[in-house]
Amino acid sequence: MTGRILESLPRGRVTALWPVLAALIITAGLFAAAGANPIEAYRLLIDGSIGSPGKFSDTTIVWVPLALAGASLVVTFAAGLWNIGVEGQIVMGAIGASWAAITFSGPGVLVMALGIVSGLVAGALWGGLAGVLKTRGGVHEIFGGLGLDFVAAGLAIYLIIGPWKRDGIASTSGTAPFREEIWFHTIGDTRLTPLAIALAVVGVVGVYILMRGTMFGLRLRAVGRGRDSAARLGVPIERHILAAFLVGGALAGVAGTVQALAFHHKLVPSISGGYGFLGILIVLLAAFRASWVAPIAFFFAAVGVGATQLELRLDLDSSVGGVFTALLVLLVVLAGGWQARRRRSGEA
Amino acid sequence: MLELKGIDKRFGRVHANDCVDLVVGAGELHGLLGENGAGKSTLMKILSGFVRPDAGEILLRGATLNLRTPADGLAAGVGLLHQDPLVLLPLTVLDNFLAGAPGGLLLDRRAGRRALADESRRLGFEFDPDELVRELSVGERQQLEIARLLWLGARVLILDEPTTAISDPQRDRLFDTLRTLAESGMSVIFVSHKLEEVQDLCSRVTVLREGAVVGTRDLPAPTDELVSLMFGRTVESGSRHNETLGSHSHLVIGGLRAREGNLEVADFSLTLRQGEVVGLAGLEGSGQRTVLRAIAGLQRSHSIRLELGGRELSRAPYRARRAAGVEYLPGERLDEGLIRGLTVEEHVVLTRQESRFFIDWNAAREVSEERIAAFNVKGRPESMPEALSGGNQQRTLLALLPDSLALLLMEHPTRGLDIESAEWVWSQLLARRAGGTAVIFASSDLEELRRYADRILVFFSGRVVAELDARAGQTENLGDLIAGVGAT
Repeated sequence: MTGRILESLPRGRVTALWPVLAALIITAGLFAAAGANPIEAYRLLIDGSIGSPGKFSDTTIVWVPLALAGASLVVTFAAGLWNIGVEGQIVMGAIGASWAAITFSGPGVLVMALGIVSGLVAGALWGGLAGVLKTRGGVHEIFGGLGLDFVAAGLAIYLIIGPWKRDGIASTSGTAPFREEIWFHTIGDTRLTPLAIALAVVGVVGVYILMRGTMFGLRLRAVGRGRDSAARLGVPIERHILAAFLVGGALAGVAGTVQALAFHHKLVPSISGGYGFLGILIVLLAAFRASWVAPIAFFFAAVGVGATQLELRLDLDSSVGGVFTALLVLLVVLAGGWQARRRRSGEA
Repeated sequence: MLELKGIDKRFGRVHANDCVDLVVGAGELHGLLGENGAGKSTLMKILSGFVRPDAGEILLRGATLNLRTPADGLAAGVGLLHQDPLVLLPLTVLDNFLAGAPGGLLLDRRAGRRALADESRRLGFEFDPDELVRELSVGERQQLEIARLLWLGARVLILDEPTTAISDPQRDRLFDTLRTLAESGMSVIFVSHKLEEVQDLCSRVTVLREGAVVGTRDLPAPTDELVSLMFGRTVESGSRHNETLGSHSHLVIGGLRAREGNLEVADFSLTLRQGEVVGLAGLEGSGQRTVLRAIAGLQRSHSIRLELGGRELSRAPYRARRAAGVEYLPGERLDEGLIRGLTVEEHVVLTRQESRFFIDWNAAREVSEERIAAFNVKGRPESMPEALSGGNQQRTLLALLPDSLALLLMEHPTRGLDIESAEWVWSQLLARRAGGTAVIFASSDLEELRRYADRILVFFSGRVVAELDARAGQTENLGDLIAGVGAT
């Protein structure tokens, strides 16, 4: 199934240009229909996301989890897996990191490091669980992942109103904030967070190297592209499916860790922010290539952050940003589908 | 009367139907005979609207049919009964009966129940309308499907290999039904590769080979004549020469059992010497592929003994057998052999750098270029296998094999290859055997079997029904044996 989808994606860069233009024009139409000047709206989008150091830093802190989620999905997609469970893996990462932050009382830096490790491990284990369900239980990863997403979300809420509740009052607005020493450091009064950015860079570059330069990455792609042929060539299929889930889960776990320790500074419900699902769109747009994940994730982050300006200044709902990015992805996938259809009918 | 004129269909490089003409009269039981891959199924799918032809015309009682979907086919009066009836297992008999019925949103179950009862009575079938189809045998599902197609107005009934999965009494029952239907004026097309059944049931037969009609005969006709139509004229195998074989037994297989779908292979035994070539003959799906994959370790199986070069491997998994020098090259070169979307160079890395962590791309490029040149592959290191021709895919598969091999298992070594590539492939395999590699290959090409195998094992329904010594030239009745003549 995934193989066909992989084939239907656009191959060249040139073809990706038309959907972008079309998305810009259609969204401009939406702006106009809502009574706003499209040029002004686009100017605000840019201005509100990268127009000032402060806005730029806001965009970077959204970019970090998006880039990590994207990197995670590059790994699982390479193995031909639809890791819908990425949302739950982000939530579990946040829970793992929060656990360390709440439990340990040592020096801030040490607890922070522990938080990163436990967030990574929690995400990896949650991913691994989807992998075991698939390889041993015969549960398709889409259904297993979806189920585990709900379980993780439920677990977070349980912890927030139960064991980890604020002193005195239990509130679904989140746990009490962590100690400030555990927060990732920011530069000045912006939200520019060097450690978070470093984690994202390491994650994306790591996945790039993994996919380009290692036997592991090549075997994952072999499993994703042709399971029977890969097995005949001696690639252990189950082991690689599990490994893909573990690695993907670990990266998603780090994304959750950043959400908990660098953004919210506490555990909140739906802490994943939907970034896992957005990550799927990013990877579709990136045609599953790690090298494109970082810039496309940045674009998504910028549109998301900039869209808040539309609400403030033009009285447009900020969800317009989501409409724009989703439209873009749909059009790119559609262009790929058309291309594949033309190719197929050309062959027949 | 049904008439097909100049039906032509290509799938990529494969010419599935080559300008086929076919006439079936009313009340006629017409057999369509041919080896697997001869184009029978494609023709029947075209006739029933599942596949559209590139060219050609279908006439029913003189009127041209324009079939775009199976529903069109049925509306025109052409019903196709699939080999494994396409029924909805979790639904009841009645629901299945009604599923394809034309009409509005509301189902008239009561009328449907009556219609089912009427049809069943007419045909002599018995159904409980509320039973789940899951509980029915394949034979009963076929009966249900026949009843349904007739109720929906089929005047031409096509049966695609209907006897593959049913018992003998069920088959007799089916044949009786078909005879009754023909007597009532229906045209029945019976698609099969089983000669004896066609002889038994049909009044005329058309034989397809490689997509084209090679002959039509009134039945009964001499079996020899039909066999030679099916498999082509027997070519003198003058060019075989016998190599000296190693003296020790190299591969010993004892009591191998395996099951794949409906097919059961029981008690397969074989002993091979170094450099020996054994050909597995038989109609497709008679157990050759299952045995090859079981020996490779890719198919779940049980054997009492499986010894290669003195090493016991009966319990070893695929990768351990591979490490011991066993390789399997499948007939489906793109689905089981090579990986779409991975370059030739990446295939080289997968097979040559198994123990590395980081890939050495420079070394891979060098090896790829050297192999591509040595194996005369018309492609580049960055070529994807799906862009290569069948011959070049096979060359690539051979180029990826390790230098030293104890046992090579191969399915259809030269299927779909032009003569030059086929010759070249065999020159490679013969060079391997000269180096002591034992070769077991499955093929449906009689000439290939006669020319290259030292021994030929003929499979029928999962069993070896004959072992022929090709070195001594005892292969005259190979075609008969394959068709199951005298073996049922």
